[in-house]
Amino acid sequence: MSTTIPAAKTRPEATPPPEGTPVPRRKRTPATWFRGGGLQSVLFAIPVVLIFAYFSWGPILQGLVLSFQKTNLVAEPSWVGLSNFEYVLSDPGLAQAVGNTAYFALLALVFGFPVPIILAVLINELRKYDGVYNALAYLPAIIPPVAAILLWKFFYDPSTTGMFNTMLSWVGLGPLPWLNSEALAMPSIVLYATWAGAGSTAIIYIAALRTVSTELYEAAEIDGASIWRRMWSVTVPQLRGVILVMMLLQLIGTFQIFTEPFLFTGGGPNNATQTILLKIYNYAFVYGDFGAATALSVMLAAFLCLLSAVYLWATKRWSPS
Amino acid sequence: MSYFQDNAPAGDTATLVIAEDTQARRARRRLGRRGPVEAKERGVISFADRKRRTVRVWLRIIQSVALVGLVFAGLGPLIWSAKASITGTQDIISDPMGIFFAPNEWGNLILAWNGAQIGQSLRNTVFVAVGATISTLVISVLAAYILAVMRPRWAPILSGAILATLFLPGVISLVPLYLTVLDLPGLNISLLNTFWAVWLPAGASAFNVVILQRFFTSIPKEILEAARIDGAGPLRVLWTIVLPLSRPILGVVALLAAIAAWKDFLWPMLVLPDPLLQPVSVVLPALAKGPTPLAVQMAAVFLTLLIPVVLFLIFQKQFLRGVGTAGGIKG
Repeated sequence: MSTTIPAAKTRPEATPPPEGTPVPRRKRTPATWFRGGGLQSVLFAIPVVLIFAYFSWGPILQGLVLSFQKTNLVAEPSWVGLSNFEYVLSDPGLAQAVGNTAYFALLALVFGFPVPIILAVLINELRKYDGVYNALAYLPAIIPPVAAILLWKFFYDPSTTGMFNTMLSWVGLGPLPWLNSEALAMPSIVLYATWAGAGSTAIIYIAALRTVSTELYEAAEIDGASIWRRMWSVTVPQLRGVILVMMLLQLIGTFQIFTEPFLFTGGGPNNATQTILLKIYNYAFVYGDFGAATALSVMLAAFLCLLSAVYLWATKRWSPS
Repeated sequence: MSYFQDNAPAGDTATLVIAEDTQARRARRRLGRRGPVEAKERGVISFADRKRRTVRVWLRIIQSVALVGLVFAGLGPLIWSAKASITGTQDIISDPMGIFFAPNEWGNLILAWNGAQIGQSLRNTVFVAVGATISTLVISVLAAYILAVMRPRWAPILSGAILATLFLPGVISLVPLYLTVLDLPGLNISLLNTFWAVWLPAGASAFNVVILQRFFTSIPKEILEAARIDGAGPLRVLWTIVLPLSRPILGVVALLAAIAAWKDFLWPMLVLPDPLLQPVSVVLPALAKGPTPLAVQMAAVFLTLLIPVVLFLIFQKQFLRGVGTAGGIKG
C-alpha cells in the first residue's frame, strides 16, 4: 500500500471540486474527467465490479436463464421452454416439501419468534449481571452449527437412555421418539433452531430496547399503568419496527432452511422433514438436474419476493414512519 | 421500497445506540462510587416499583428461573461436550447423564486431532475464515468508498446494482454460483478444490457495502476536503483518513464475515470435495457417518467448538457490542 501513496501524491491536481458548492459547469473533456479523479474511481471499481459480476449478478441472471434450459455440463445447454417448471411442479414430492417448509416456518414463528423478545426484555430489566445473562444466552449462537447439531442428534437419542429421554423420565414423561417419528421430527428441529438462534436475535432486541425513551415509561407510570400494561403499551409498540423487520428476516430465513434437516434427518423419516432447499440440493447435486434445481430456486425466490412485498405493504400501517 | 425508508432511520438508531452506550458507561463510572444499583437507566420497572415487596419477590423468582434456564441451555451442552470428549464410547452410550463419574480417557482427543484429522481441518477453517474476511473487507471497503466518498457520475448505477442483490433471496444463485465456480465464464478456470472458491464469493456482500457506505457518508466532508487540498489522492485519503476513522465498523464487518465463514457448511461442502482442504464444519458430519467411535466423534465436536467459545469468552464485551451494533443497522 505504502508504495502507491507517493504515486498518488505526484498528482495533486487530481482533487475533484468540492461537493455541494456551485461550481460553474465547464465543458467535460477526457482531460477534466481524468483530473477529476475519474480514472482512479474506475480503477477502484474494477475489483468490485468483477467480484459482483462473477459471484452475484452473473449467477442471478444465469439462474433465470438456466431454469429454461437443459444442462448436463458436457453438451451445450439447450432451450427447453417451461418444461423444467412443469417437471418440478409435477414432482409428487413437491407438495410435501412445500408443506413441511411452511410447517417449519409456522412453528418457528409461533414458538421460536417470541423467545428472543422475552429474553431481551428480561435482560434489559436486570440491574446487575446483565453481561452474564447476555453471554450465556449468546453461547449457543457461537457454537458452529455442525458441531451443535451433532451434539443434539445424540441428545435426541430415542432410546430410554437418550439424554432428553432421561431428563423427561425425571419428571415422569416418556420416552419420546424425537427425530425418528414423523410427527415429532420437525418440532425437534424447530426446538434446536430456537435454541441456536435465540441468543443472537436477543442481542438485536436489547440494542433496540436501549433506545426506548425512559420518559415514555415515566409518563405511563404517572398515568397509573401497571408493569404489564407498560410492557404492552410502551415496550412492544416502541419495538414494533424492529419486530416487523426481524419477523420478515426470519420468514425469509426459515423458508430457506437446509443445514438442520440435512444433518439431523436427511429429509426423513418418510420425507417428514423434506424441505424445498433439500429438494433443490437433491435435484442439483444428487441427480445432476441443474435445470430443475434452478427452476425450483427461481420459484422459491419469486415467492419470497412476493411474500416480502405483501408483508411490507400489509404492515405499512404499523411500521414507524 | 419502503424497506429503505424503514432502514434509513435505523442507521441513526445504531449510532445513537453507540452514543448512548458510551454515555451510560460514563454515567455508570460517575455513579459507581455511590452504588452500582442506580447506575443504569430505568426500563419498564421503575425504582419505585423495585422497592415494592411483591415486585421484588417476583423479579427475583423470574430472574433466578431465567438464570437457571440459561445456564442449563447455554453452558450445559458445552460442559457435557467437554466431559464426553474424554469419556469412553460405552460410558457415553449407556448413561449420557452419568458420564461425569466415568473414568477419563484423554486418548480420545489425540485420536480426534490426528486420526480424524480435526487438527488439519481446523487449520483449513482458519484459512477459510481469514481469507473470506479479507475478501469481504477489501471489496466492501472499495465499493463503499466509491459510493460514499469518490462519487463518480456512474455511482448510482453501481449502487443500484449492488442494492438490488440485497433483496433477492440467496437461494436463487446457489446452483449457478456452483456452476460459475466449476468454470469461470470467459476464463476457463475451475476454482473447485481451491480456497478461492470460498474466499471470492464472500466478497460479494451487499449488506456489508451498505453498512460501510452509511458509515463513510457520516464522516465530515471538511476532513476529506482538507486532505484533498493538502494534495492527498483518493488512495491516501482512504488509507490515512477514512479507514482509521471507521475502525469500529470495520471490526464489526470483519467479525460478522469471520463468523459466517466459520459456520458455513453447504458452500464449502460443495466446492471443496477434497478432504484435505475441507474445513471442520464439512469434515465433522462425514466423520459422524463413518465408522469412527462415538467417543472420538464427541472429542472432535468438542475440539471444533472450543476455539470459537474461548475466543467469545475472552472478547465477549466487544463481541456483543459489535453484534448489537450490526443488528441495530439491520433492524
